[in-house]
Amino acid sequence: MLGFLKHPVVVTADINLNVVALTAMGLLSRLWQLSYPRAVVFDEVYYGQYISFYMKRIFFLDGSGPPFGHMLLALGGYLGGFDGNFLWNRIGAEYSSNVPVWSLRLLPALTGALSVPMAYQILSELGFSHCAAMGAALLMLIENALITQSRLMLLESVLIFFNLLAVLSYLKFSNSQKQRPFSPSWWFWLTLTGVACSCAVGVKYVGVFTYLLVLAVAGVHAWHLIGDRSLSNVSVLCHLLARAAALLVVPAAMYLLFFYVHLSLVYRSGPHDQIMSSAFQASLEGGLARITQGQPLEVAYGSQVTLKNVFGKPVPCWLHSHQSTYPMIYENGRGSSHQQQVTCYPFKDVNNWWIVKDPGRHQLVVSNPPRPVRHGDVVQLVHGMTTRFLNTHDVAAPLSPHSQEVSCYVDYNVSMPSQNLWRLDIVNRDSDAGVWKTILSEVRLVHVNTSAVLKLSGAHLPDWGFRQLEVVGEKLSRGYHESTVWNVEEHRYGKSQEQEEREVELHSPTQMDVHRNLSFLARFLELQWRMLTAKSDGSEHKYSSSPLDWVTLDTSIAYWLHPRTSAQIHLLGNVVIWASASLATAVYTLLFFWYLLRRRRKICDLPEDSWLRWVLAGALCAGGWAVNYVPFFLMEKTLFLYHYLPALTFQILLLPVVLQHISDHLCRTQLLRSLFSALLVAWYSCACHVFNTLRPLTYGDKSLSPSELKALRWKDSWDILIRKY
Amino acid sequence: MLCATSRLLAARTATALPAQPRGRGPGARCRRRELHFPGHPELDLDDFLTGRLARPSVPVGRRAILRRGRMPPAVGGGPARSELRPRRGRCGPQTARVVGPDETAKPAARSRKRPGWGSRHFEAAGRWALLALVTLLSFATRFHRLDEPPHVCWDETHFGKMGSYYINRTFFFDVHPPLGKMLIGLAGYLSGYDGTFLFQKPGDKYEHHNYMGMRGFCAFLGSLLVPFAYLIVLELSNSLPAALLTAALLTFDTGCLTLSQYILLDPILMFFIMAAMLSMVKHNSCANRPFSAPWWFWLSLTGINLAGALGVKFVGLFIILQVGWNTISDLWHLFGDLSLSVVTVGKHLTARILCLIVLPLTLYTATYAVHFMVLNKSGPGDGFFSSAFQARLSGNNLHNASIPEHLAYGSVITVKNLRMAIGYLHSHRHLYPEGIGARQQQVTTYLHKDYNNLWIIKKHNTNADPLDPSLPVEFVRHGDIIRLEHKETSRNLHSHYHEAPLTRKHYQVTGYGINGTGDSNDFWRIEVVNRKFGNRIKVLRSRIRLIHLVTGCVLGSSGKVLPKWGWEQLEVTCTPYLKETLNSIWNVEDHINPKLPNISLDVLQPSFPEVLLESHMVMIRGNNGLKPKDNEFTSKPWHWPVNYQGLRFSGINDTDFRVYLLGNPVVWWLNLLSIALYLLLGSIIAVAVQRGAHLPAEVEGLSQVLLRGGGQLLLGWILHYFPFFLMGRILYFHHYFPAMLFSSMLTGILWDTLLRLWAWSLASSSLARGLYVVGNLSLLLGTAYSFYLFHPLAYGMVGPLAQDPRSPMAGLRWLESWDF
Repeated sequence: MLGFLKHPVVVTADINLNVVALTAMGLLSRLWQLSYPRAVVFDEVYYGQYISFYMKRIFFLDGSGPPFGHMLLALGGYLGGFDGNFLWNRIGAEYSSNVPVWSLRLLPALTGALSVPMAYQILSELGFSHCAAMGAALLMLIENALITQSRLMLLESVLIFFNLLAVLSYLKFSNSQKQRPFSPSWWFWLTLTGVACSCAVGVKYVGVFTYLLVLAVAGVHAWHLIGDRSLSNVSVLCHLLARAAALLVVPAAMYLLFFYVHLSLVYRSGPHDQIMSSAFQASLEGGLARITQGQPLEVAYGSQVTLKNVFGKPVPCWLHSHQSTYPMIYENGRGSSHQQQVTCYPFKDVNNWWIVKDPGRHQLVVSNPPRPVRHGDVVQLVHGMTTRFLNTHDVAAPLSPHSQEVSCYVDYNVSMPSQNLWRLDIVNRDSDAGVWKTILSEVRLVHVNTSAVLKLSGAHLPDWGFRQLEVVGEKLSRGYHESTVWNVEEHRYGKSQEQEEREVELHSPTQMDVHRNLSFLARFLELQWRMLTAKSDGSEHKYSSSPLDWVTLDTSIAYWLHPRTSAQIHLLGNVVIWASASLATAVYTLLFFWYLLRRRRKICDLPEDSWLRWVLAGALCAGGWAVNYVPFFLMEKTLFLYHYLPALTFQILLLPVVLQHISDHLCRTQLLRSLFSALLVAWYSCACHVFNTLRPLTYGDKSLSPSELKALRWKDSWDILIRKY
Repeated sequence: MLCATSRLLAARTATALPAQPRGRGPGARCRRRELHFPGHPELDLDDFLTGRLARPSVPVGRRAILRRGRMPPAVGGGPARSELRPRRGRCGPQTARVVGPDETAKPAARSRKRPGWGSRHFEAAGRWALLALVTLLSFATRFHRLDEPPHVCWDETHFGKMGSYYINRTFFFDVHPPLGKMLIGLAGYLSGYDGTFLFQKPGDKYEHHNYMGMRGFCAFLGSLLVPFAYLIVLELSNSLPAALLTAALLTFDTGCLTLSQYILLDPILMFFIMAAMLSMVKHNSCANRPFSAPWWFWLSLTGINLAGALGVKFVGLFIILQVGWNTISDLWHLFGDLSLSVVTVGKHLTARILCLIVLPLTLYTATYAVHFMVLNKSGPGDGFFSSAFQARLSGNNLHNASIPEHLAYGSVITVKNLRMAIGYLHSHRHLYPEGIGARQQQVTTYLHKDYNNLWIIKKHNTNADPLDPSLPVEFVRHGDIIRLEHKETSRNLHSHYHEAPLTRKHYQVTGYGINGTGDSNDFWRIEVVNRKFGNRIKVLRSRIRLIHLVTGCVLGSSGKVLPKWGWEQLEVTCTPYLKETLNSIWNVEDHINPKLPNISLDVLQPSFPEVLLESHMVMIRGNNGLKPKDNEFTSKPWHWPVNYQGLRFSGINDTDFRVYLLGNPVVWWLNLLSIALYLLLGSIIAVAVQRGAHLPAEVEGLSQVLLRGGGQLLLGWILHYFPFFLMGRILYFHHYFPAMLFSSMLTGILWDTLLRLWAWSLASSSLARGLYVVGNLSLLLGTAYSFYLFHPLAYGMVGPLAQDPRSPMAGLRWLESWDF
């Protein structure tokens, strides 16, 4: 009590000026002239449009990564007061005055700058000397590629930041494990590890590799913990539960949270709606929701419906028919039934309307009260505009000869009877008496006579079919496939008895009003699934490269060229750092295996604690490099040099580790050690020189003459742009 | 933890030596132990049972009386034994000896023979009889109704056809390595099949053709899988019931049965996989006698089988990984053994390299040598290979041809794209239609030989006829600037800044000019990619690129099919991306120049290593080309272990003879359950050991078997299953079967261990014994009964489909997705 009266209030600040200085230098290098160039640089054209979507609250789908990264970029736009009005259409376009370039680029730049002091911290936490830690940070500072990538609206620097944060906080956590488990700081670092991991995954999917690495290291540590007999069973259990909660549950929850925020931010319909299911579209404001609002929920006999294919590949489309018939003879000489074509049409059209008819009755209107159609019922589908019945028969389909042709039946009197009965199979029914519901029900139409299933084959018909998509009856339906599943999108109860009246009715828009909403989880699952399966068009790109080119820096990317001068931004790494980092990785691997083999023969070159430090540093740094690099060999998407940067960061961290090890353990005499230090200084000045030489291409602030540019083209494969005057 | 290392296995086999089964008469047992391993007491489950049940009060001598009943021979886990001694001194050799007689009779009882008490010979005979029984049953099930259906089933249409190609010596192309098909061809040849059947499509009747030889060969190899699995499990667990259960699971699995009965690569592949696994396990058990004859025998046999597995299909790589992992951990333990000198370890390493790397590689290469030697006639596979390769095949127009060797100005040539199935550079008197670039003459690639493929190579700056005899011959060199004139239409190969018809990012390529006079957009720089032949351009062998001088783009073919206006030939573009892809690399095939001497093409024939490399490239590309289409039903890897969907081998309608490849659901779901149980049990034991819990010795013995033997098998399952998730190519259900073999063996070991553990945990010995016997019997009988239910799937059925309630299979359609 009142102790503070007896003693003076003392604040002891323990400030590592090195860290402060590194932070300042990092900020300087990343933030200097941040809003220059005031033009769209390279992939800003790509991320920018998503920022605009966020600003306008329009739904979009980007298969390249989860939404957290995009949201962070958009946060910059929000803080800078961006209204989203900018047409992100080409690289090099000047930004209009409403685009807050500085604040949009601020966040990636900040994360890039903070990576510098974090490199210092990581090496200190790994137990290496102050010099090694400084070395790592200084290398990060002068790495041209990292600087270029941080100064633009791109996500790599954010990803690298969270990767490093995850590693750093795990190290802090595991260091406090030895002294004070379950202390507040222990909890803090443990939780931060989980949060940083989930943020890394949330920025880009490749973040998952670092997450797995941290999990693996944590797993090994936990395994040692289990083997620790000095701990009671209960405390081991507590340790394990705490780790599981922080490293598994927290990231999963965070990941869901990103999507929750994303989906609540983008609630308006937009250009990407088409990819999503009808139900999802109906949950967005505007778009389909405007049309489908208030439709009757239950499909009844006499209902007028449009049927959308659930798979929707190659394009989303609706079951369609029109007056034209299949050509009597196809190009390849096969014959057809010459009946009316049935296709799948990717646009809204009055010919997409079908009427559900009870085979036993003649009416095409809904009785009062409406009789709902249930799972297992046999129905006929009547094409609204031509009043012909959906039919399939044992005639080969135009493009998929193994399947049956689907047509609208025309009675030619040629002893080919109509086969127009379809049994309704509701795939996602609750019970066997489930009712066919608009939008929500996914149904298969099974032909009664032949058990063929109505299917979108995905092939484009030739000119006679107006390049619409082919619809077939699949006889050998082996199991469930989304291309055989349809759902009712637009729906109304038909009222018109006469054909002409009905045509007018079909043309009129549906208008009624009930609101239906999907649960968050359903929307999340669908969005996530579509994102993962969205195919990027594997188109080649002028600057795409293969992973093999990265290690040796055999490739470069021209990011931006000044419209008049030859000032340009070019993604190029600091050659000295890249080469020595790769060399260090090789040296580490060789030394590691050498020590490992010697230890196996009970020859211990290193004392136990420095061996453990050496292994942990290798597991995190060399391992971090490997997990961020090797998987790219298996990826089939278009790859660019910047995909290597996360791996490179880990490699840079490894470099001082190896150097310190050489100096401490391999340089036996003082003379050798001094010699080595001198070499290091020379080497670092060399790296600085390279940084300085490449600086005009990194910042794009200085226009070089063609001869200077030619002189910078150290490798033939570097595609430095040289203006022809 | 996953993989038993041979040293630890060695410890076990050391006690179980000399390669004799366990459970001998007391005399034999004692003698053996005294002779070889006097210090290692042998403990069995029976001992464990008694040990635990009777420990508190019953003296050692009385235990035998207590346990009059017959427990099966115990697993007992060798590795544990050496560790047991310090901890449980009282279960010494004496106990074991007392226990002996009871144990002896058990396997004999199982095989329903009653050898005299303790007779070692009878015991061994019983074991052999059991093995013979298992083998016989396997052969009986596999060869039963082998000739049905007498028509081509499923992929027989491919592999039967390829077998015929070997008999006819016709060159063909397939995505799999040649060994499997060569063996099929050989089997057909030896059994009197003449190679005349066409194998056109599934359902074709064999009629008088002799197909039984080929089917019989596959069925023979398929039947051997069961005894192999039996022996592997016996070796890993040392428990007869476990081995028997495994054998029953595989014998009575309809899937394995179906897959073994037809002319397919799978039985051959699985044979080599299992043989490799068996010889590896056998080799591991020889670890205590390194460099002895059996040690060398099993090691080299492993290598031979690895070569076989890889030679049949590339998925043989997985068993190579497994053997590799086992070898590495084995060497690691040898290396850590300080009693061995580094030289000895070096010897071990060299032996492994010789037998497991050099030997298989040699054999694998040898299969290719035979393959190319046998197939020396032109056939359907020619087009997939380069021009130089085709010159080897008799009947091909390049065979024995003679043309000038180096390209000179004035030569008339055809230019072929290096990428598979793209064809020759082609042009014809048709223009690009309105709206597609400039309305100039089309340039395409065309797969067939045609006059319109001929081009004349000219200097860019003169129009003089280079064939004028007064001019000296001038060869075309790397880096020259040339013009290519189309011979039939006299237009020049031309490109310009218009987008190509289909690939919008590339430039259009046209034929331009009149009678050879065009503009500077007709100039191309010719570059040789593989310049080891010097700066001249060699027919067939030089890989050339044509770079457009004005735009700097590279001539290539996108491989996309042009619409009707382009006669459905392939698009030719000029790509601004200077990547070295095969699409933009060409070679000169035909070459006519009257001023140059002709040489025989034979000198240009590629060497064997080049052929080997090329055929691998073509195979890999072929494999990558097997992509599933979006709107097709395809089999996903997760379908497989749950037996989600079968494969139709033959017949669709109710009047057809239908064979449906589907695993016996009882077996497969048991396997699935076992993997889950194994993981659970394994992690519990591992955590307990890590926590330093003192397991009762009997449990420890069992857990060693479970972790080491089971770990090997689990690794096998993982290696043969999970890589498929990463594969982009189209997948089929039958790809799972190698993994299924491993998972069945795991099931055998797991259930045996589980039953023993359960029996051990019960208080009463008679109850325990009863439980153990009943458990094993019910598993065996249950499997057999389920086979009785599902056997029509494999042996074929006629009649209504299973959806129809009248069908005898109606009640057996347990999953909606099965359609038999």
